[in-house]
Amino acid sequence: MRAMTYRGPYKVRVEDKDLPSIEHPNDAIVRVTMGAICGSDLHLYHGLMPDTRVGHTFGHEFIGVVHEVGGSVRNLQVGDRVMVPFNIFCGSCFYCARGLYSNCHNVNANATAVGAIYGYSHTAGGYDGGQAEYVRVPFADVGPVLIPEWMDDEDAVMLTDALPTGYFGAQLGDIAEGDTVLVFGAGPVGLFAAKSAWLMGAGRVVVVDHLDYRLDKAREFAHAETFNFVEYDDIVVEMKKQTDHLGFDVAIDAVGAEADGNLLMHVTSAKLKMQGGSPVALNWAIDSVRKGATISVMGAYGPLFSAVKFGDAVNKGLTLRMNQCPVKRQWPRLFEHVQSGYLKPSDIITHRIPLEHIAEGYHLFSAKLDGCIKPLILPSAA
Amino acid sequence: MPYTPHKPPLAETTEQLRARIPGWGADLDPQDRPSTPKLDLREDLTGAHWEFPERQPESRPRERSLEHAFLTPVFGTAQPTRGLSGAIRKVAYERYSEARAAHWLLLIAADRVDAVEAHVGSLARLRPDNPVTETGVQAELTHRGLSSRLGRKRADVHHQALDPFLVAGPFIAAAGAAVAARSLIRGAGRD
Repeated sequence: MRAMTYRGPYKVRVEDKDLPSIEHPNDAIVRVTMGAICGSDLHLYHGLMPDTRVGHTFGHEFIGVVHEVGGSVRNLQVGDRVMVPFNIFCGSCFYCARGLYSNCHNVNANATAVGAIYGYSHTAGGYDGGQAEYVRVPFADVGPVLIPEWMDDEDAVMLTDALPTGYFGAQLGDIAEGDTVLVFGAGPVGLFAAKSAWLMGAGRVVVVDHLDYRLDKAREFAHAETFNFVEYDDIVVEMKKQTDHLGFDVAIDAVGAEADGNLLMHVTSAKLKMQGGSPVALNWAIDSVRKGATISVMGAYGPLFSAVKFGDAVNKGLTLRMNQCPVKRQWPRLFEHVQSGYLKPSDIITHRIPLEHIAEGYHLFSAKLDGCIKPLILPSAA
Repeated sequence: MPYTPHKPPLAETTEQLRARIPGWGADLDPQDRPSTPKLDLREDLTGAHWEFPERQPESRPRERSLEHAFLTPVFGTAQPTRGLSGAIRKVAYERYSEARAAHWLLLIAADRVDAVEAHVGSLARLRPDNPVTETGVQAELTHRGLSSRLGRKRADVHHQALDPFLVAGPFIAAAGAAVAARSLIRGAGRD
């Protein structure tokens, strides 16, 4: 089969690989019909995530058709069209039994702090991902679900990570009616977080980024007010001015490990790998909210330490909430919102790239060329 | 103002927001949001028909975190450890828990060694890595590389100049390793 493979920082290529096989009785093999590159894939692509091995196939956002099932699989059949959450999870461990699928303890031998994620390094379990023609899907009875007849394929792909994560970001903000909500990052997760904040009753939603084309999208798609931080000497002071110097009630970090806005922070983390991530957006969030506020962290960070301003967080009495999104738990409510038309996740897709051209896809997404917000990947066998 | 008791008023009323934004307030009640209440035990186990899953066979020794009691019942089998990078990774897993910086710093070091090994290997297998096609830099020509940056207020253009050095680093290291290996072999041949 053809599959994207990692060759080292900033380098990927498409290779012939063996078809994945059933390695556990509850495995399925899924033929991928559509995938996507996630902003968090860029952390792998840039060599930021420890134990990202040459030859690894990335990709945790994908849908497909069941090609083969293991002996104990009851809920899926060959030929079923399925959407697969980015989390790999067993359904029965302490965490899964309580709905914390992203924290599953039975699937990641390499680390206890993180669950398992398709194609997201050995730190996230060492499973090849879905930027390929076929992928191994463990616990087929637990994770995947049939794509509803009424749902577009492109919406289904966006429901495997980006939309649930954005919604989860707003949800962890514990937004109450009339709250002022500040979202850092106008990428897919930030756009969905901003949009979801309104569903939860926000009174004002502000999005901060440095890419004007994405801020345009935040105004149009997410009905948000926008600020380009490059235009301000100090974006925190501007955010204070915007709230009559009180600060926001809720902030959402939808940027994560490669945040810009402070060259030293960015270079020491994203380029030199001396921090688990550049905490610029998180520190701005800490300083831009009011005392007693809630900060929700949806941006992905590596496991190493980062220079986070905990002193300010302590002294302001902040609540910091964060997790990888337990995607399947979000689905029933999000399916309702997509069906009712409140959310149309495929509206943010900007590029559709054949798998064979995935290296260009990574580059244009990474370098933010051509107005790229969300690139889909189309396998040749689809 | 934080200097007085009341929150600043919002520019729009609830009615105005509901009229302007589709779905405004649909999940106003926390009960309508997923996972409410938190941490409720899900008796159906979301489709799992086991309390502890059947174990995946361990066909070759699999590294695991020291913080795990045992090898997880299911694990990834992609890219098993090999070469010098594999040896470094094994040390990271066998000696240091996730709590130790040494664990992660060794894994990051192994990643860099892995890239050099891969580039040397690609030369040996006569399928050398191609820095042009593999970096996808052609997208600069096909997807408005210049106009996407010029005249834009972008914070990232200041450090994107560093990227070619990050790309070239393993190639330079691989070339150095190849030259050193050749010298060693030739030296050994003369002894």
